Amino acid sequence: MSSGSSTRRILGPFNRVEGDLEVHIEVEQGVIVKAWVNSPLFRGFEQILHGKDPADALVYTPRICGICSVSQSVAAAQALAASMDITPCPNGELATNLILAAENLADHLTHFYLFFMPDFARENYSNKSWFNEIQNRFKAQTGKAAREVLPARASFLHLTGILAGKWPHSLAIQPGGTTRPIESQEKVRLLTTISAFRVFLQEVLFDGELEQVSALTTEKELKEWQEQHPNSDFARFLNIADDLALSELGGASDNFLSYGAYQNEGEHLFKGGVWQQQAQALNPDEITEDISHSWMNVQVEPKHPYFGITIPGDMDDTGYSWCKSPRLNKQVMEVGAISRQMIDGHKLIRDLVSRSGANVRNRVIARLLELALVVPEMEKWARQLQPKEAFCLPAKMPDEAQGAGMVEAARGSLGHWLRIKNGRILNYQIIAPTTWNFSPRDSDDKSGALELALQNTYVGEDKNASVIIQHIIRSFDPCMVCTVH
Amino acid sequence: MNETFNILWLQSGGCGGCSMSVLNAEQPDFYSMLQLNNINLLWHPSLSEASADEFLALIKSIEDGNTRLDGLCIEGSLMRGPNGTGHFHMLAGSGRPMIDVVESLSKKAKYTIAVGSCAAFGGITMSGPNPGDACGLQYEGKQAGALLDENWSSPGELPVINIAGCPTHPNWVTETIAQLAMGDLAVEDLDSFNRPRSYTDHLVHHGCPRNEYYEFKASAEQPSDQGCMMENMGCLGTQARADCNTRLWNGEGSCLRGGYACINCTAAEFEEPGHSFTQTPKIAGIPVGLPTDMPKAWFVALSSLAKAATPKRLRVNATSDHIRVSPGQKKDKES
Repeated sequence: MSSGSSTRRILGPFNRVEGDLEVHIEVEQGVIVKAWVNSPLFRGFEQILHGKDPADALVYTPRICGICSVSQSVAAAQALAASMDITPCPNGELATNLILAAENLADHLTHFYLFFMPDFARENYSNKSWFNEIQNRFKAQTGKAAREVLPARASFLHLTGILAGKWPHSLAIQPGGTTRPIESQEKVRLLTTISAFRVFLQEVLFDGELEQVSALTTEKELKEWQEQHPNSDFARFLNIADDLALSELGGASDNFLSYGAYQNEGEHLFKGGVWQQQAQALNPDEITEDISHSWMNVQVEPKHPYFGITIPGDMDDTGYSWCKSPRLNKQVMEVGAISRQMIDGHKLIRDLVSRSGANVRNRVIARLLELALVVPEMEKWARQLQPKEAFCLPAKMPDEAQGAGMVEAARGSLGHWLRIKNGRILNYQIIAPTTWNFSPRDSDDKSGALELALQNTYVGEDKNASVIIQHIIRSFDPCMVCTVH
Repeated sequence: MNETFNILWLQSGGCGGCSMSVLNAEQPDFYSMLQLNNINLLWHPSLSEASADEFLALIKSIEDGNTRLDGLCIEGSLMRGPNGTGHFHMLAGSGRPMIDVVESLSKKAKYTIAVGSCAAFGGITMSGPNPGDACGLQYEGKQAGALLDENWSSPGELPVINIAGCPTHPNWVTETIAQLAMGDLAVEDLDSFNRPRSYTDHLVHHGCPRNEYYEFKASAEQPSDQGCMMENMGCLGTQARADCNTRLWNGEGSCLRGGYACINCTAAEFEEPGHSFTQTPKIAGIPVGLPTDMPKAWFVALSSLAKAATPKRLRVNATSDHIRVSPGQKKDKES
């Protein structure tokens, strides 16, 4: 894997990502020429689920991940509902969307304030004009912003205390709806909780109305907004992004995938699909997983997840990660907020990507934009709840069935594929967002999205090198515990 | 100011959910809580600045005795597989299996703390065929002796402190660490599975808002019903040791308040109940697994009496998704 003039480095562990990550890079004249991304933890949920009562997937799968727990729940509930050929009642669908949105938005907030921004408060940037302000505000563990963000995040997650018992790891989301009917006074509490979060975002993150942020359509308008709202954390980030040229960092395939987010009466709030130079329809039959560069065994050729096998093999030289390589029609896809907004056609994201592609800056903007876009929808969903009507439909699992649950977690497309025989789980395969983004190479030797994003990055020999790599890695908001599971 | 109480937090074969849960701490928030109790978080995988080499240097400094470690917090199961190598979790960038790192640090730390049921007993990661050969720090399921042996105790002369739960309540974690920092946690404060008695001397049943339904055996039959979930829905709240319904989660929540069964997640081997989690197993119509400290015959006799005496209000409401009959209506009229 190395040549004469190049140096090979092993980097890790990377913290402020969820779970454990190792990256190998080959550097020639200060530029990364090749990268290998390794997910070094294997637990084996697919084997754990084999032979279980299908309903128990609602207990096990959320525990794949403590930060995407509800997304896993929703994917499992949808796979079960598809197997039973039912759809949840309207209240159940609205409550599910509210719980899922609470998790996704809390994750976007946590990523920005606790995982991503602290890198700009490192001593590496002490010569920058913005350094003192940023260090004061975003320094890991001691920065002032976290003292505002943690209480706001915890209060916002009271929504899950009302609708889902707790977060993470709730059993409230069921194939037929949710287990927690609410009364009209609780609807008031939900709305108050959402409004308080709106106020926090408007005062601290944006220094402006959410609707103003959502209405931005071009890079030029974004620039004007940035200049008009200098005291917002959003503008602080945009200023750094300009100074460090973060829009030139971390470009990948620019192939985007989204399964569609927040289903309500047969429609998605953000529609699903594929973007490869233009918007296309998604054919889920074209999804396969390949194990050519994984430490996996048994499966020979790439398989659709209904028929996939996840059995660990030897850690031999052909593989370098526990992660498999999901591909759509043999293509590497990027998933996440930027993919959702590209495919749904948000004008600002389409404009930014048409100019500079998916990159460190644009990925972060897409996430913050979703905070502005989704909170007003949550207010609508909460108002639509009908307290005296059903929240959960009864449902019965047939002895033989199959179904898929395809949802959007904060960090991108999450799929569960379930086959049931004799009333038990015959096969349960999961492809998580970061499985897409951080996959190893496939049998055509095509690198995964992060591997592509790292290639051609100038890291030089200076101490900033690893910080640049960290900006790129964290721009995907990786969740490594989901990746391999 | 006294010396700080230095803690290091590492994650292995788990989901990171206990870390996410601890960030739900309120009044004060997690960072303020640490600061106010003079606790210094040397490193946490989600929260610290140091990455890669800086972090590996910190580990070495602790191992070499140059940095004092008071509390080693481990979250997630310990991955012994495949074939005892620990290769299912290599600490990135180090070439070392995580189990070696944990074992080495546990010799240095004054106290070792298992955060969550995975680190305590093996937990969810041990389910099914236990593909990763996972275990807890000092327990493999209910069996004492795992990565660390049965009689192991830390330099501070305590066994591994098992803050079990899936996930843990933020305050179980913060208050236990603060007690350790104050020197206020003794062996007597731990139960037979070395869990802090501060929360395991209680039952999840305590403070359950469905207690009246329980008393009259007015039972829920399907998700979103209001009745007691013990008879049909798999609820183990009467046996589960935790204070979930008096301490509450995310403001005003708990599993039972959320309308679903307690799955006894603070217990060793909760992950393999031997039946579907959300269906109560029964023999001749009587639920298996009655309240632990109540004679079975008494329970059965009381239950049949209670069932015979169930007011219409509870009988109707138990199988409804909202209250149909209010208290105090003279003839128990349906609304």
